[in-house]
Amino acid sequence: MTNFWNNFKNITQYPSAIAGLMIIAFLLFISVYAIVTIPYEEAVRLWRGGDEVWRTYPRNAQPAWVNIFSQTKKSNTIILDSLDENDNVEKTVTQRGENIDITLVYTFEYDADTFPQDLSLFMTARYIEKQPFASMTWITPDGREIRIGDMSIRPAETYRMTQDSRLLRRLGDNPTVQQGLFITPDSDPPRPLAGTYQLIVEVALFEPGATIDDVDAVFVSYGEVYGLAGTDHRRRDLSVALLWGTPIALAFGLLGALGTNVITMIIAAAGVWYGGMIDATIQRITEVNLILPVLPILIMIGAFYSRSIWIILGVIILLSIFGASIKTYRAIFLQVKESSYIEAAQAYGASNFRIILNYMIPRIIPLIVPALVIGIPSFVFLEATLAILGLGDPLLPTWGKVIYDAQVQGALYNGFYYWVLEPAALLMLTGLGFSLLGFALDRIFNPRLRGVQ
Amino acid sequence: MSVTMKDSEHINSPQGVDKRDPILSVRDLRVWFELRKWGFSHAGYVRAVDGVSFDLPRSESVAVVGESGCGKSSLMKTILGLNRPTEGDLIFDDMRLTEMGRGDMRRFRSQIGYVQQDPYGALAPFMKIERILEEPMIVNGIKDKQERMRRITKALTDVKMTPIDDFLQKYPHMLSGGQQQRIVIARAMVMEPKLLVADEPVSMLDASVRVEILKLLRALQEERELAVIYITHDLSTVRYFSERIFVMYAGQIIEKSHVDDLIANPRHPYTVALLNATAEPEAKNALSYRDIPPGEPPSLVNPPKGCRFHPRCPHIMKGVCDEEESPEFEPVAGHFVKCWLYSKEHGDGNVVVNP
Amino acid sequence: MADESVLLDIKQLALHFSASQGVVQAVDYVDFRLDHNEAVVIIGESGCGKTSLVKALLRLLPRNVATYEGSIHLKGTDVMKLSDEQFRRQVRWVRMSLVPQAAMNALNPVIRVGDQVAEPAIIHLGLDKEQAMKQAVQMFQHVGVPIDFMTRYPFELSGGMRQRVAIAMALVTVPDLIVLDEPTSALDVLTQANIMNLLKRIKKEMGTSYILITHDIGTSSELADSVAVMYAGQIVEESDAMNFFSEPLHPYSQKLMSSVPRLHGDTEPDFITGQPPSLINPPTGCRYADRCHKRFEKCDEEPPIIEHHDGRRVKCWLYADEGG
Repeated sequence: MTNFWNNFKNITQYPSAIAGLMIIAFLLFISVYAIVTIPYEEAVRLWRGGDEVWRTYPRNAQPAWVNIFSQTKKSNTIILDSLDENDNVEKTVTQRGENIDITLVYTFEYDADTFPQDLSLFMTARYIEKQPFASMTWITPDGREIRIGDMSIRPAETYRMTQDSRLLRRLGDNPTVQQGLFITPDSDPPRPLAGTYQLIVEVALFEPGATIDDVDAVFVSYGEVYGLAGTDHRRRDLSVALLWGTPIALAFGLLGALGTNVITMIIAAAGVWYGGMIDATIQRITEVNLILPVLPILIMIGAFYSRSIWIILGVIILLSIFGASIKTYRAIFLQVKESSYIEAAQAYGASNFRIILNYMIPRIIPLIVPALVIGIPSFVFLEATLAILGLGDPLLPTWGKVIYDAQVQGALYNGFYYWVLEPAALLMLTGLGFSLLGFALDRIFNPRLRGVQ
Repeated sequence: MSVTMKDSEHINSPQGVDKRDPILSVRDLRVWFELRKWGFSHAGYVRAVDGVSFDLPRSESVAVVGESGCGKSSLMKTILGLNRPTEGDLIFDDMRLTEMGRGDMRRFRSQIGYVQQDPYGALAPFMKIERILEEPMIVNGIKDKQERMRRITKALTDVKMTPIDDFLQKYPHMLSGGQQQRIVIARAMVMEPKLLVADEPVSMLDASVRVEILKLLRALQEERELAVIYITHDLSTVRYFSERIFVMYAGQIIEKSHVDDLIANPRHPYTVALLNATAEPEAKNALSYRDIPPGEPPSLVNPPKGCRFHPRCPHIMKGVCDEEESPEFEPVAGHFVKCWLYSKEHGDGNVVVNP
Repeated sequence: MADESVLLDIKQLALHFSASQGVVQAVDYVDFRLDHNEAVVIIGESGCGKTSLVKALLRLLPRNVATYEGSIHLKGTDVMKLSDEQFRRQVRWVRMSLVPQAAMNALNPVIRVGDQVAEPAIIHLGLDKEQAMKQAVQMFQHVGVPIDFMTRYPFELSGGMRQRVAIAMALVTVPDLIVLDEPTSALDVLTQANIMNLLKRIKKEMGTSYILITHDIGTSSELADSVAVMYAGQIVEESDAMNFFSEPLHPYSQKLMSSVPRLHGDTEPDFITGQPPSLINPPTGCRYADRCHKRFEKCDEEPPIIEHHDGRRVKCWLYADEGG
């Protein structure tokens, strides 16, 4: 075994192996970061969550860093919450008879070259019988005052300004509400006016004893870009899926590669050692198994039994144990079995079990380790493939499911390249990392491949 | 009264065991391997060992000489417990192989040391020397690490691999062929066996170290009063290492004798041929042809009727040698030969077939 | 200057390989010569450069060659000056053929042995198939393999028979010289003796010369007219067989001879302690000095090749005062 580690140390002589290791370390770091910052249940809740979780997120927003590469600065998402201790929201109370008025003033800078995607106000109110009444006013940087509208507030009230047709009419001949509110007057083509905007919400309460805490509201100006990874059609932040997809992909790949290789190896070794009926049975099972179509079986299991990623993994391992590699291992073990050190072990009384585990298997570990490392990406890709076919895990966010969603939503036709490219890049990075390491390990452990210098 | 005394003495003191007592008795041993056609239907037997009997006294070294395919490896593997005999029995230290259970079998194996032909192949390449030497003891239930280290130290000292710390942490490929073979010998010795089976222990080594390894084995054998079965095809090394020689041909022992007598007065025509073929380094060899019988050893599936050497034998007696297998004759005391030339009725009992 | 009476005259032949740890001086400037119908035996332990010498002679070089120089005069022409293509056409198998190590396992398992023997005649002599087969039949007769074996596959023959086939393959082009690399090492005693008988007969009947590479001194005496002893890439003694087997000169040869177990006589065999040096950084001075029982101060310098008074050549300071 120490021999093995000594060999492993040679890795430093191979730049490709170091690059591979660095990529793998990076992926591992992401995995740990994901698991620590977003606990498992939280990740599942987030990814399955609907509007109640994601209402403040823009829909299909590109990642924020596209602005770096683009000449037109796309609008960012601005969220202003009156509950936040925030200078940008000013909340004041004025006494009106025995009742009170609450005034909320939202102030924000706007300097993007495009209009926001959407504008919403999420209000909450506490009352016993009489609904509070709000009236909203918009103040542009050049001092124009635009009345937005009035409405009574239910306990949870969502006001989507952009869908208010009366407001749109009031704004003249602008095609959308957001353009009407942000446009530089008389610009052509229409261009947003940069500067400080204000939204003033005046709420009149009608119940004596009401306090300042009875009304709160969040104002969201949905941008066209959001965060590191952007969002999807359900406003979900893609970074959740990309982050959590990493540990899942690594675990899936590692368990898959380890499971199949190790079990296959043990079965092959046992078959070779015991020979006779056992060997013949293993060979026949393998031959039958080789003609079973894996993908249709997985699709059937996904359709009729469970799409849990771990059940699918189990089935994949089960189906690949008796795969083509059993024949390769068998050929190697047949040679190993004839080694005279094994004959010696038999002569001093080593048990069959000991001979298989301590004498035969260590002999081929140098062969199996590179194969295992190189095999990891193929399992990661297999998971992605299944997800793309609609067999992704129903709960967990994975890279494959992101691609699946993107494909179903026609991401590429709609120009949402980031949606496909981000998970694809991570898949490629995983493949690259493990391949670089695996091929270097192969050269280290199997020196015949090492060219004569 | 005195008889009983003697008996109890005999039991109480292991030193009282007679060196001439056999440690190993082989009784009419047959090891046949079944040949199968298409994987199942019977197609005959390979008669690898076909009726071999001998006694091996404690502390005697005996050489089994023969060509490849003569059955010497199968005989050896049966003695090591790796093959099951088809017929006959093997009695090792009062244990009968045919009556052994699993536990007996393990004890039996642990008391026979095994030195193989190819020292590099005989050592697991992924184990350090320390581990290699420990394995037989771990397998045989010596749980005390200190006891194991004590035995390893002794074994390595015995094979002159000192200072032992230079070697314990090395891997086999870091050692020379001669050193590897010493490790193989040390491994055979750690279980303190009573019998050592050495299968061509020097044939893969360079000429310059062969003698060294043979001398080392000889010293161990004498010091520990070991019984040794030395398997070889090279007659010239035998006399430095063994007291007796068994010559094997086509699954049978055809001649048994003390070494000096066999080399000076070989009786069986096959033994004569073997000796003729063994070259001593002399310039005059190049000037003449060697007198070698034509042909090749027979198939062990269908061995010839009668004496198995008769198709190649220069002294064949038609109607005798090709009809019936010869029993063992003893032309001189202690020299057994399986050849009709030495029978009263066919030969004159004392043929001289000198090399 | 080209002397045609000498079949093979090798001068300062070197073959070094580059390996990851340094340059392996496998064949380090050796000289020797061979007359027509003569057999020279090259004796040495494993790793002394014997097989590399074969490679150098037949120019069967691996890719990592660092140095390959010297002269090999075959019947007066320096074959080292030929291009690879010329060498292949004019020398290899035409005038100098090889029975490789473990030749009996080197036969192609899926081609009938008769065709395999005919093959070199077709390639190297340009015979057509029919002529080549005729030639092959002759060779089978020469090496004592029944003609009806020609249609068999290698696995259907015994080890001894396959070795004979390999020899027939080397013979089929009727070369001047056959290089035999350990021709009997994996064979049984009787088969070995039979093959040596065969080689003797071929030498007598066909006038072939041999270079026999072996570590087995007993076998070497069967064929040797002269002997060259190799140690750590160098030839340390070159001698006629008669003198060599009765009284070797170099201390290494002496030890080697005395390490041979004998069937008869009272001499206890001896052995050489220690290991041969690495060919990567061989010791300066005499390469055998560290193991030598006759070492003295001078051995720290590399000895020249000294002509002994009876014409033998030895690379050892012990004989420095003689011959001169």
